[in-house]
Amino acid sequence: MPGALQDCEVLVVGGGNAALCAALSARERGASVTLLESAPKAFRGGNSSHTRNLRCMHDAPTDLLTDAYPEQEYYGDLWRVTGGQTDEALARLTIRDSAACTRWMKAYGVRFQPALGGTLHLGRTNAFFLGGGKALVNEYYAAAQRLGIQVHYDAEVVDLAIDDGAFDHAVVCAGGEKRRIAARALVVASGGFESNLAWLRQAWGPAADNFLIRGTRYNMGKVLKVLIDRDAEKIGDPTQCHAVAIDARAPKFDGGIVTRIDCVSLGIVVNRDGERFYDEGEDFWPKRYAIWGRLVAQQPEQIAYCIIDSRAVGRFMPSVFPPFGADSIEGLASQLNLPAERVIETVRAFNQAVRPGRFDHAVLDDCRTRGLSPEKTHWARAIDAPPYYGYPLRPGITFTYLGVKVNERANVLMKNGSPSNIYAAGEIMAGNILGKGYLAGFGMTIGTVFGRIAGQEAAIHARR
Amino acid sequence: MHVDDPTADGANDPLVNGERIMRICNACRYCEGYCAVFPAMERRLQFTRSDLNYLANLCHDCGECYYACQYSPPHEFNVNVPKSFAEIRARTYRQYAWPAPLAAMFARNGLAVSLVLALMLVLALSAATLVLGKDLVAATPDPAGDFYRFMPHRVMAGVLGGVFLFVALALAMGFIRFWRDMGESLSEFTRPDALRRALGDVLTLKYLDGKGAGCTYPDERRSQARRWFHHLTFYGFALCFAATVVGTIYHYAFGWKAPYGYLSLPVVLGTSGGVGLLIGPAGLLWLKLRSDPQTSDPGQLGMDVAFIALLFATSLSGLALLALRDSSVCGLLLVVHLGVVSALFLTLPYGKAVHGIYRSAALVRCALEKSQPMPDAGLD
Repeated sequence: MPGALQDCEVLVVGGGNAALCAALSARERGASVTLLESAPKAFRGGNSSHTRNLRCMHDAPTDLLTDAYPEQEYYGDLWRVTGGQTDEALARLTIRDSAACTRWMKAYGVRFQPALGGTLHLGRTNAFFLGGGKALVNEYYAAAQRLGIQVHYDAEVVDLAIDDGAFDHAVVCAGGEKRRIAARALVVASGGFESNLAWLRQAWGPAADNFLIRGTRYNMGKVLKVLIDRDAEKIGDPTQCHAVAIDARAPKFDGGIVTRIDCVSLGIVVNRDGERFYDEGEDFWPKRYAIWGRLVAQQPEQIAYCIIDSRAVGRFMPSVFPPFGADSIEGLASQLNLPAERVIETVRAFNQAVRPGRFDHAVLDDCRTRGLSPEKTHWARAIDAPPYYGYPLRPGITFTYLGVKVNERANVLMKNGSPSNIYAAGEIMAGNILGKGYLAGFGMTIGTVFGRIAGQEAAIHARR
Repeated sequence: MHVDDPTADGANDPLVNGERIMRICNACRYCEGYCAVFPAMERRLQFTRSDLNYLANLCHDCGECYYACQYSPPHEFNVNVPKSFAEIRARTYRQYAWPAPLAAMFARNGLAVSLVLALMLVLALSAATLVLGKDLVAATPDPAGDFYRFMPHRVMAGVLGGVFLFVALALAMGFIRFWRDMGESLSEFTRPDALRRALGDVLTLKYLDGKGAGCTYPDERRSQARRWFHHLTFYGFALCFAATVVGTIYHYAFGWKAPYGYLSLPVVLGTSGGVGLLIGPAGLLWLKLRSDPQTSDPGQLGMDVAFIALLFATSLSGLALLALRDSSVCGLLLVVHLGVVSALFLTLPYGKAVHGIYRSAALVRCALEKSQPMPDAGLD
């Protein structure tokens, strides 16, 4: 650890994008800043290391983004995915401020690139980081070092001393010792609680044991819990999380982007009993992948299997795990440990229900089933061209929605209405704006916008 | 060579590990903006041995993808493209070497062997001059610095010409073996568009430039140092070679005999090239010794250092010969220089130098691929 823990003007808890944006912004305003990252250096950056872009408002083409993405359309997209569960004032603030983000990021060394292969539909709305989120995090840490921000790794905050909304000091566990660090203002940007398996079990019951965590293993939600216990007003429901269907063979933590399975809309999905349970072709996959985590979580033993035939090969982003494959449905079922007769019957019934149509994966085509429950409403083609392939699916949690309530100055609101010197940014407050659902790249937008606001406001408060 | 478990490290076969890593990278693709490797990877769904040989030689070892990787160690996926590709490259160097039995030289081409080879060549040349009745340490220095006093021109030209022809043949055969392994026909290689594009990439070292920001070598911080030291080395070598060619033309076409004046074209070319060939290799060695052990293959250090040392010694002995050609040690310096040059050339096809051949050929193939439409590899 470089130097001992020292008291400072602004203490930042967390080590991902939001925390770094807050630390850099507070330093810009002249404050002395200490940042505490609970992870070791090799795993610094939290879930930001797995991200790749941020969603930006713009009224005209920019050096990074095509066309325009005006506030109204952006807010409309957000309203749709959240079903209206958003604080409009905070949401519009985030959207407007997103327009200035990329310039600020570039000044700290973050580099951008054109939309990645397979994500061309995001080229208008999302700015992609060259090398992805870990490259971005690396640049911010390098900038933090240049600017004299004290960064400590393996430094876990286990308690906060808060008296009537006024933060005094944090208790930090570092190097096997508990230490106090006092500051005039506190920024919490320590993420959600999705890595805390015990907490997930509390919220979800035993089903949670079968969930995989797509990101960091260090989002234990300790600071979130302390804040809630110390009478910070909370927002969101602990049973809500963003979950997608990922390959069941993925590691428990940190599998990230490569564990996704992108062929659901090209095939059928059956559960442990060999039965279909949802319309695989309801809408374009980028608009539907986020509901499949929950769908799989609701199946027995939280597992499902996507089955395709050889016609689907090459039409989706390759997966990191090779599929199970066989020349017959029966053979595939036995490889997947599924009841063969049930799967054969499911596929037979599906194939029989497929109506003739013109297959086109680029549009909502007219290939559908009739008389099936549930129907497959687009891209339904008989599964009859061997070899057949299967991918096992499990719910993969991306992030949790439970957080602390903030105002437009990123100030954490206390239940008794007392003013506080505590500010929040990133996943720990994202629930204010994103009550449910998700928009690609919006987490990084919230983190960047509110990280900057929190850092500035904390510095202003600390130096008043 | 499918490994179902992406955490299995395929410890013994670099190709198994390379295939495992490419499958992870192809499902991620965050690095596609860094260099030519990742867009080339995205054209494939599966990675055969020759695909991996191609991609590994296309890699310029800049290190960016390692530092940016969310799966680099200690992550259990243990993704390390620079190191994996370095190991595969070393394998291809042996695989394509011609004549095949000499591939064994890659296993023992460290610094010591190269220096011993140079020394043996120096001794052999000394012995030859003595047999020819020449005295290496002249009692009376020749103010004109005529080195044919010690070794007749035809002997010198014969020895070095023979070495050069053999080396050119060996390198050409290596290239042909690489190109065939890629499954490309030789006629494809001569397509002017692709050649022009690849030549630009080679001569500017585009993929060490990082679009102006440099590359993460020798450590995580970005810098242009490697690119500039490589330029000094490469162009320094090219100028020295040009000096020799011009001298040969002078000799045979015009009958102008060496030694040439300090301001003559061969000497100006050789001197400026020689200075580059001192600074460049010294800088590359300095960077190499400070490079991040995480991203390099320690087994190749000997080969790299040997090549750098011979380049440096070639330049140093050449410049010393120029400076002292009118002194009594002229003859000694001449055989030392010729011995070192011969050692450098003889080891070219069996050492680090071949990276230039295979990387350039990979860039030509990459340019050829780019002129083809994107195959159906994951993008609907």
